[in-house]
Amino acid sequence: MTLAIQLPQAGLRRYGSLLSPMAWGALAVAAAVVLLSLFAPVLAPYDPDYVDLNNVLAGPGPQHLLGTDALGRDLLSRLMHGGRTSLLGPTIVVIGSTVLGLLLGLVAGWSEGWLGKVLGRLFDLLFAFPALLMAMLAIALFGKGLFAPILAMTIAYVPYVARLAQSLVVAERSRPYVQAYRVLGFRTPWVVLGRVLPNLIPTVGAQSTLNFGYVLADLAALSFIGLGVQPPTSDWGAMIEESRGALLGGYILPAFWPALVVVLVVVAVNVIGEELSDRIGGKLS
Amino acid sequence: MTATDHVQAPAPAQGGAARKRAKDRAVRPTVYILKKLVSLVVTLFVASLAVFFSRFLVPGDPARFLLRGRSPKPEALEEITRQFGLDKPAWEQYLNWLGGILQGDWGRSLTYRQDVSDVLLGRLPTTLQLVALAAVFITVLGLFAGIVASLNKGFGDRFILITLTAAGAVPPFVAAIALVALFSVGLGWFPSFGSGDGGWDRIWHLTLPALALGITYIAMVARVTRSSMNEQLLREHVEVATSRGLTRGSVVARHVLRNALGPILTVSGVLVAGLLVSSAIIERTFGLSGIGQLLVQSIDRLDFAVVQAIVMVVVAAFVLVNTVVDLIQPLIDPRIAAGTESR
Repeated sequence: MTLAIQLPQAGLRRYGSLLSPMAWGALAVAAAVVLLSLFAPVLAPYDPDYVDLNNVLAGPGPQHLLGTDALGRDLLSRLMHGGRTSLLGPTIVVIGSTVLGLLLGLVAGWSEGWLGKVLGRLFDLLFAFPALLMAMLAIALFGKGLFAPILAMTIAYVPYVARLAQSLVVAERSRPYVQAYRVLGFRTPWVVLGRVLPNLIPTVGAQSTLNFGYVLADLAALSFIGLGVQPPTSDWGAMIEESRGALLGGYILPAFWPALVVVLVVVAVNVIGEELSDRIGGKLS
Repeated sequence: MTATDHVQAPAPAQGGAARKRAKDRAVRPTVYILKKLVSLVVTLFVASLAVFFSRFLVPGDPARFLLRGRSPKPEALEEITRQFGLDKPAWEQYLNWLGGILQGDWGRSLTYRQDVSDVLLGRLPTTLQLVALAAVFITVLGLFAGIVASLNKGFGDRFILITLTAAGAVPPFVAAIALVALFSVGLGWFPSFGSGDGGWDRIWHLTLPALALGITYIAMVARVTRSSMNEQLLREHVEVATSRGLTRGSVVARHVLRNALGPILTVSGVLVAGLLVSSAIIERTFGLSGIGQLLVQSIDRLDFAVVQAIVMVVVAAFVLVNTVVDLIQPLIDPRIAAGTESR
């Protein structure tokens, strides 16, 4: 254990000590991918669905920076537009499961009686359904596309957040500041939402950041097996699936770029999430 | 993980209370096992409710839902109504379904015009072989990487850790594509399609799929092994063993690794479920006709009875493995005294 003595540093250097260089790199990668996807309609050099059969499977060059796929579509433009669908799903799932999980976790952790026990059992039960399996069951019920898996995965990731929030609330409940508010006669909802909830946000945020990576990978996998985003909409998972024919023919690039982006984003998200939880973990223990 | 570290100090002379606690401890193993078994049955029961009644979330006529994508001729509607008992109340449908499952009658597949159990049994060997081979890779490579990392401080540790972080972030389907690109298309060492003829040919065909399937968990097991071993290496009992003059190998094997097994075992429940689910993607990619591919095909062909059965099988496997892990854990680490919750 190293004892970090925090000395105030001047100006911008303060930010340098906030995160490790690796986390800064990860943040930069994530920000770049998000911005490029967000502004794809403005920034993308080509229409992502424009088919150019005279220019099939071209290598990287000045015309097409990353090359073209088996239908002559510009890979860079498809990657940028694909990012919009590929990032949207995990964003909704993470926001939804975090909000729901926090609420359920707060209730479960605060109530000492049967309600906490029942909710705890419910979380246990939900853990028995792997997220990807739940997503596939939902697709079987409601049809292919993004709606069903997003709904199912939001529910599947609730226990991960709720369990954590519950254990944190149980720990907070007995701390002096909560006791003090109780003695002073503050209403429970005000104490829980106004004073306890903010203390959970960092730890839960770290967990949700990690969840983002898992959800992104799972949704991409669903699109890859043809159950998620349907063609011709571009999506990183679907792009990898489309380029399997080219891959077996020895053209690696059309599959390589989307695979690289998926791995880069997941690594970046993991690095950021672990950095966050390391920092908070140091504080908690 | 840290919860198991605090060995409970016996309370000094509390007379009756201490004696009562000692008596409790003597009774507990049976109670512990019974508790776990009851919780297994309850979880399976509630899971079966969830899987069965999920169908009722879909609005509209259930017969038409089950016949989606097929011509809803009157005789077909009539047959499906009879087969699923749709004219009966919901609870009766459920009881019939559950009773059927317990007796091995899992309904009929619309696509294959065969009993679901027959379709499943035909596909089971491929999936089990794939998962078993992946488990071998995970155990051997994961433990090996974790042990090497924890015993080599400095560059070796950092290198392995960074590799593991990267490998852990590669989704199985991306790993599958990368392995095919490198070892099938590039080097031509392994086939990229089919499951071979059995024996060595089967293993040769399943090598790439098993590696792709296992990559996330190889990284996970290696990381857990590494941190768990690091924790043990700093403990006093290891120091004592070393100072008694035991060889390094025997210290690592008998004093470090054995104590480090607990956390590794804990993740194995998640691991089995994860492997079964991910096998859907891997089997599809490598053209292996196992349960996973059957699941994807059945979703594709709107064959709901098969989907329901496979979901139930995977959930049951997960719950079963977790129960077995919970039951084994006290044998490996007696500090997780029977009766104390391990998680």
